[in-house]
Amino acid sequence: MAEAAALTVEKLRVRRGGREVLHGLSLEVERGSVTGLLGPSGCGKTTLMRSIVGVQIVASGAVTVLGSPAGAAQLRRRVGYTTQAPSVYADITVGENLRYFAAIVGADRDRIAQATATVGLAGREHQLVGSLSGGERSRVSLATVLLNRPELLVLDEPTVGLDPLLRSELWDTFHELARGGATLLVSSHVMDEASQCDRLLLMRDGELLARSTPDELRRSTGESDLARAFLSVIRQSHAAGERDPSEA
Amino acid sequence: MSVRATLATARRVLWQIRHDPRTVALLLVVPTALLTLLYFLFEGQPHTFQRIGAPLCGLFPFIVMFLVTSIAMLRERTTGTLERLMTLPLAKVDILLGYGIAFGLLAALQALIVCTVGFAILGLHAAHGAWLVGLLAIANALLGMALGLFASAFARTEFQAVQFMPALIFPQLLLCGLFVPRDQMASWLHVVSWLMPLTYAYEALARATAPAPLGAAMAAEVLAVAGFTVAALGLGALTLRRRTP
Repeated sequence: MAEAAALTVEKLRVRRGGREVLHGLSLEVERGSVTGLLGPSGCGKTTLMRSIVGVQIVASGAVTVLGSPAGAAQLRRRVGYTTQAPSVYADITVGENLRYFAAIVGADRDRIAQATATVGLAGREHQLVGSLSGGERSRVSLATVLLNRPELLVLDEPTVGLDPLLRSELWDTFHELARGGATLLVSSHVMDEASQCDRLLLMRDGELLARSTPDELRRSTGESDLARAFLSVIRQSHAAGERDPSEA
Repeated sequence: MSVRATLATARRVLWQIRHDPRTVALLLVVPTALLTLLYFLFEGQPHTFQRIGAPLCGLFPFIVMFLVTSIAMLRERTTGTLERLMTLPLAKVDILLGYGIAFGLLAALQALIVCTVGFAILGLHAAHGAWLVGLLAIANALLGMALGLFASAFARTEFQAVQFMPALIFPQLLLCGLFVPRDQMASWLHVVSWLMPLTYAYEALARATAPAPLGAAMAAEVLAVAGFTVAALGLGALTLRRRTP
């Protein structure tokens, strides 16, 4: 790798609700890429993302984001994060939400208009967020994170429940941002989104099963369908685990 | 801290309230309606109405802002917006001050209405000026806000947050001297009353509405209210965690 990674996680252990959810996870995310974080619901994707943006109390391990420890004050302008449940104010309008977040990060009116258009909500600025559908609310949430063009975007299931056309447009936007130099980490529990990513991180039960690209994954497993390829990776890791329990 | 983020937060809180006209109406009308009820309740006893009603004008904002803030903050915590704000270039003090400015303005409006009705229409007297009662009302609103903010950290649900009102506010109202003069209370209750923030808020209001000179005690009481406010805000800030389990 010519450039330093945008993000490195080393031996990360996290306990939540009295049980360990991440068991010494290590990974890297290259700059300027769209990396998909895939795995079933409950495998620790959200916990990993919370650790990366610095809101998760971690038991041990190191998370380095853009050269600084995760959660460092100077990263708050450089990292954008959307939670899985849309974290915007339901009792004010779309436009008011955007103006509030824009004021915090120092984005101007043009940026607000651009972000609104990107998520397909232009013309809906005067609508109360509480009156929007679930998918529309998550688009408002996504728009607020695009306002100041962060260097690293951590997006937790941003495309769940969206219209297929809009979903494909959003993936185009993600790639456009990556071409502009941004790094994106996008989680999903739907394997058909994996084909949209430059790189893939496959997670299961708090462990990283594989780090790959869609093509590599298809080749190494001999499966053309990425969902089946993921299944095959899980089987391989089980088989390996039975042969040698120390090797995960 | 950032002035821009503080003002943006205050503006956002005011937007939230503006979109909820029923809450605005309740905030502005209910204290005056209750005061009017007291007026008719004590129709033949103007002294009792004066003794209870005059200080009460400055206590309503305390009660209301405690409740409103504890629910508003609980919502920030449970809907994920607080976690989101904690990942942004925004200091905790920006959030606290933003809420303080927005609710302070609302409390000023509330106090203006209840004081106007109480002192100009219902015949209450404020020996040292109704404006002083109004200013104390705003200070008390900020105290209520600070306590509500702190209390919200201990509620998981809105059901719990609402129960903090009878649990934390009613005892203070009963012991502050409004209903029974504190020197007539059992000595242990008297001691307990000294520990409660509302006692100082009430004493200052009672002094502002009675003819006796204000004296140094008034300054001490106002300082006590300010001290409790700052302490509760400090404790409240500690409960706004950037990192959570």
